[in-house]
Amino acid sequence: MIWTELDTWIVLTGALTAMACAVPGVFLLLNKQSMLGDAISHAVLPGLAIGFLVSGSRDSFPMLLGAVLAGLFTAVVSGVIERRGRVETGASLGVVFCSLFALGLILIRIAADHVDLDPGCVLYGALELAVIDSAAVPRIVWQSTAILLLNLTLAAVFFKELQVAAFDPRFAKASGIPSGGIHHGLTVVTALTTVVAFESVGSILVIAMLIVPGASAMLLSRSVAGVLFWSLVVALASALAGHLLAISVAPEWLGWLTGRQDLGSLNSAGMMAASAGLIFFSLLAASHFARSISGRGRASVL
Amino acid sequence: MSTLPLEIRSLNVAYHRKMVLWDADLSIRPGRSTAIVGPNGAGKSTLLKASLGLIPAASGEVLFYGEPLKKVRSRVAYVPQRESVDWDFPVSARDVVAMGLYKKIGWCLPVRARHRRMADEALADVGLADFAGRQISQLSGGQQQRVFLARALAQKADLHLMDEPFASVDAATEQAILTLIERLKLEGGTVVCVHHDLDTVAEYFDDVILLNMRVVAKGPASEVLTPENLRKTYGARLTLLDEAVVDLSRPGAPRES
Repeated sequence: MIWTELDTWIVLTGALTAMACAVPGVFLLLNKQSMLGDAISHAVLPGLAIGFLVSGSRDSFPMLLGAVLAGLFTAVVSGVIERRGRVETGASLGVVFCSLFALGLILIRIAADHVDLDPGCVLYGALELAVIDSAAVPRIVWQSTAILLLNLTLAAVFFKELQVAAFDPRFAKASGIPSGGIHHGLTVVTALTTVVAFESVGSILVIAMLIVPGASAMLLSRSVAGVLFWSLVVALASALAGHLLAISVAPEWLGWLTGRQDLGSLNSAGMMAASAGLIFFSLLAASHFARSISGRGRASVL
Repeated sequence: MSTLPLEIRSLNVAYHRKMVLWDADLSIRPGRSTAIVGPNGAGKSTLLKASLGLIPAASGEVLFYGEPLKKVRSRVAYVPQRESVDWDFPVSARDVVAMGLYKKIGWCLPVRARHRRMADEALADVGLADFAGRQISQLSGGQQQRVFLARALAQKADLHLMDEPFASVDAATEQAILTLIERLKLEGGTVVCVHHDLDTVAEYFDDVILLNMRVVAKGPASEVLTPENLRKTYGARLTLLDEAVVDLSRPGAPRES
């Protein structure tokens, strides 16, 4: 294994993006809206494409705006379908985001005839390419740092409101805290984060990083602040472990398994998502083990 | 000028285009405890939620202390049904009680030491002083209910609207809630509870509102709880029940076996 400056940038970008996703992810999870994160990260695709087609350039702002609007559209329309169609939340979200995702893929094909907007890149990301930059610090690193700082600031500033709106939205509303508005704010931030993360790591890692760090952290802490902290740690660890696995362990292991020696390294973003999953299942097993030993209700691993 | 804690005029509520509350007209008297009683699906919780603006009303007017809720929100505390939240949520009893202070603390400001002290005091008032740091999933159902009451206490409101506080709680909690209601009344507060248990209504509450999609009867418990009113509220189910009671109590009535 050879570690270069590029590897450092890849891990750094992956870690910053993963942590940026983990923050809104924790609150989606606490709201029992994990599916919404999944839906938004798919549904922003047509928004990106329309933003691109309308503006005719890869200028970030129109694409960002399009994506955020598509994210909000998903949340609002699925809410309407849920109430009018009397179907459960998951089903109404499923209907909306699958249609939007398909539309997005078609639009990207159309757009791709004019410039390089590649569907594959949207799905898997281009972490390895995005960090190749003439600047001293790649643009993608600045970008993911900015969104991480934004999310951390918002989580700190609106901590109380996010907490009560997630735990008991009816009580929050009755006592004068607009839980509906807070949920919409969370939707916007999720859409924004998703779009920024898309470019570097692709939609698969975005979905993983919205949910898995938070879900793992729930096994580790009994307070919302604690869950937030541990979700950042898990996100960081997944990024580092994922890249290491992608460039060294996994190719060797797969080579041994298949008898092929020419596999090269694997997709880092993909392995980061896989590592997050591994971390979650290890923690889950550990918490079951801890519970069976202590014999009490909900045991924490720590 | 009206000083009634709560006045509801011709409130209509529809859910999925089906009416659940018809033309509800009622007023709550200050310094007293009132039970809202009726069968399942009678719209008891709906009445509370609609008056607090948590679900939209089709028409009608709701006034708290003579004003719309927006202007007097700090005077009104709401205790939702215990089952309406997820008790596996990663917060402690103290965290939940502190939520009652969030509005007072204001946007963007954190919960500080003095708020935590206020939360602890409210917990002590419901007999949970030793459980402040406990994660809420590790509390019994009755203790969880008391945490909800402590949260309302921390709000220092004048009117308390409680949704089924007595539902499936242990004897200690039942006693704690009753003591609390008496104390709130002594301090000039007003309590409204959605209540399920007909056996205890007269004993626990001063006033009763019988509800079955419409207000059937309202007033002091002793006047409202007549067989006639109960029959109107509960329909045939209760009719069968009290006929059976009459049959058994009649001297010389045939007994089984």
